[in-house]
Amino acid sequence: MKTTFFSAAVASVTLLGATQAESKVKFEYWYGLGGYLGEVVAETCDRFNAAQDQYEIVCVGQEGYANAVQNTIAAFRANQHPTLVQAYDAGTADLMMSGEFYSVTQMMADFGIEIDWDDYFPGIANYYAASTGELYAMPFNSSTPMMYYNIDDFAAAGVEPPATWDAFGETLRALKAANPEKCAYGYSPSTWIDLEQFSMAHNIPVASNNNGYDGLDAEYLYNTTQHVTHMENLLSWFNEGLLEIRTSQGGLNARDSFAQNQCSIYFGSIASHQTVHNAAVDGLNWDVEMLPIYEGFERHNTVVGGAALWVLSGKTEEEYRGAAEYLQFLARPEEAIFWSTKTGYIPVNDTAYQAMLEVNFWAEPPFAGREKAIKSLTYTEPTELTRGIRLGGFIQARKEWVNEVQAAFAGDKSMQEALDTAVQRSNRILQQFARTYRGKELP
Amino acid sequence: MRRAYFKNNWIAALVVAPQLLIIFVFFYWPTSQALYWAFTLEPPFGGSNQWVGFENFQYILGDPIYWQSIWVSIVYAFGTTVLAMGFALILALFVDRQLRGYKTFRIGMIWPYAIAAPAVGLAFRYIFNPYAGVMSYVNQAFPGIWDPILNGNHAMLMIIFAGAWKQIAYNFIFFLAGLQSIPRSLTEAAAIDGSGVMRRMWDIQLPLLAPTFFFVLVINITDSFTDSFGIVDTMTAGGPARATNLMVYKIFTDGFEGLDYSGAAAQSIILMFLVIALTVFQFRYIERKIHYT
Repeated sequence: MKTTFFSAAVASVTLLGATQAESKVKFEYWYGLGGYLGEVVAETCDRFNAAQDQYEIVCVGQEGYANAVQNTIAAFRANQHPTLVQAYDAGTADLMMSGEFYSVTQMMADFGIEIDWDDYFPGIANYYAASTGELYAMPFNSSTPMMYYNIDDFAAAGVEPPATWDAFGETLRALKAANPEKCAYGYSPSTWIDLEQFSMAHNIPVASNNNGYDGLDAEYLYNTTQHVTHMENLLSWFNEGLLEIRTSQGGLNARDSFAQNQCSIYFGSIASHQTVHNAAVDGLNWDVEMLPIYEGFERHNTVVGGAALWVLSGKTEEEYRGAAEYLQFLARPEEAIFWSTKTGYIPVNDTAYQAMLEVNFWAEPPFAGREKAIKSLTYTEPTELTRGIRLGGFIQARKEWVNEVQAAFAGDKSMQEALDTAVQRSNRILQQFARTYRGKELP
Repeated sequence: MRRAYFKNNWIAALVVAPQLLIIFVFFYWPTSQALYWAFTLEPPFGGSNQWVGFENFQYILGDPIYWQSIWVSIVYAFGTTVLAMGFALILALFVDRQLRGYKTFRIGMIWPYAIAAPAVGLAFRYIFNPYAGVMSYVNQAFPGIWDPILNGNHAMLMIIFAGAWKQIAYNFIFFLAGLQSIPRSLTEAAAIDGSGVMRRMWDIQLPLLAPTFFFVLVINITDSFTDSFGIVDTMTAGGPARATNLMVYKIFTDGFEGLDYSGAAAQSIILMFLVIALTVFQFRYIERKIHYT
């Protein structure tokens, strides 16, 4: 596979070399990642520009996924949009319905670049694919959630990392008994972990129509599933003092509380693996494990979180060719290794994964443990319910959930009431979305 | 007497043109665009507009969350207007009486108006932070008394304070100018007749200040409906649980985060008419009671 990529790149470079030697073709790429991760994205651009002399990619950071999408829309309306945009997982339905993109599968085929799309992990590819299975956007930074735990605290309490949520409660009690002063579980409400990935791992629906994949008239269902029981358990652990709310507004967030050795457990993205390493106090002995599952449920794959690269419509063929070259460049195993080394993100296809296995990438800290995220993503073949989420206005729906769950934790209402209200309000967002695209179908 | 006029009308047109252009580009054009979107279904990336008549308006007005947003906007408008006008008036009366150090205060009082709303928001977010700011001392003395992160009423109070603080400066300038344009002879005559400070204020200064008072009232109410975005965005982002989701902020979140352009456009049209209606109402019913001297 490595040679295929390389020879294809050489072939296209020599082909174009004759016609394009005099000036470089410039094209723009807007990315949402900010801070350190944004700097690494900019590095991939520099590496691409250094690796060839046909194209020049101009990378513009937009400081935030939401900004990247909003600014792209504004620019698109003024016909000043970039060729490539990094758009987050939750914005997938919005971009798909716009119709103003150039499917990457189509683009690669048009430019004669061979890519083995089956090579991409299904838990990642399905998130960005049409109902036909055609991949519309190029998976880029990809992560999945993990349970981070403190090995020493677990040893002191004489417990193993729990594989089930049923055992999780006992684990918390054991941790609390062994060390009453310490926060056992640092928690902050997260739809991505508590609702979306939880539902995937349990093979239960977030919304009807197979989480929206089968049509715009979907409705949220999570107030009727095991999710309710789970949230009620979290609330009862909170009331027992086993779980502490740790958010940025209150000082340290859950991740930093874990890294500062204040809490024994936290759930977070594998992309934070590097950050936890950097922020960990000396001697912190920790590892990650897959999310627990409730007894009576069979573990399924989790799905990707992160973003994909979308190619927008209305650009010239030369710009598209440049974008295709860049996407192909990113897909090279050595670039995938560069990306995973610098960030906590995982490789998106099997080739890169195998290449990283070959060099024993995950054998030693700080990278050891990250391979468990791939195990979680590929645990089963995706079912109709574990392909991902295809729901419009999902960012707002996430906010509704957080607002209501906060109200339940504040004691204003019961968890069931809170989730019912969140579902009711989120359904209104779906109706609004379906209204905007009246008469159209999801691709 | 001869009337002065421009012989060459094109000079007048030329002088007015830049202003007209600015008004057109920043007001009429966006308003007409919003009006068009409010009656169609506008997809975020553009393309097929569908004419839907009043459907967007029906949809919004049938939404309890929208009515809640109107309600909190009214609370905010009322709160900031009362606070800002009350304090500005008291301060202007003090300065007008030329109490000690009034010159310094006169300049100092004007400054807050020059501060951008997001900067005001950030400063007050620190002051009112229950864990780190000035209010954390109060929280230490009386645990749980102040928590704008979870308590909606506290969050509303917080943005009212911030909004009013910024508006006081503006009101102060007008009140002071109004007070200073009241002829000294009137107050002096009253003083000679033996009326005290308070009596002079109630019977002479405040009635004569009525036109200024009315103008400031109109401006304050309009301003609190349309110009609160920066403060809400930096301080509460509409939360907790929508307690500070003012109409302007809801337009922003629905439009830019929810990508519901038509709904947001319809909301801004409603807001525009609401502000127009309020102003007309004030001119018709309050202005009647005012006597311009």
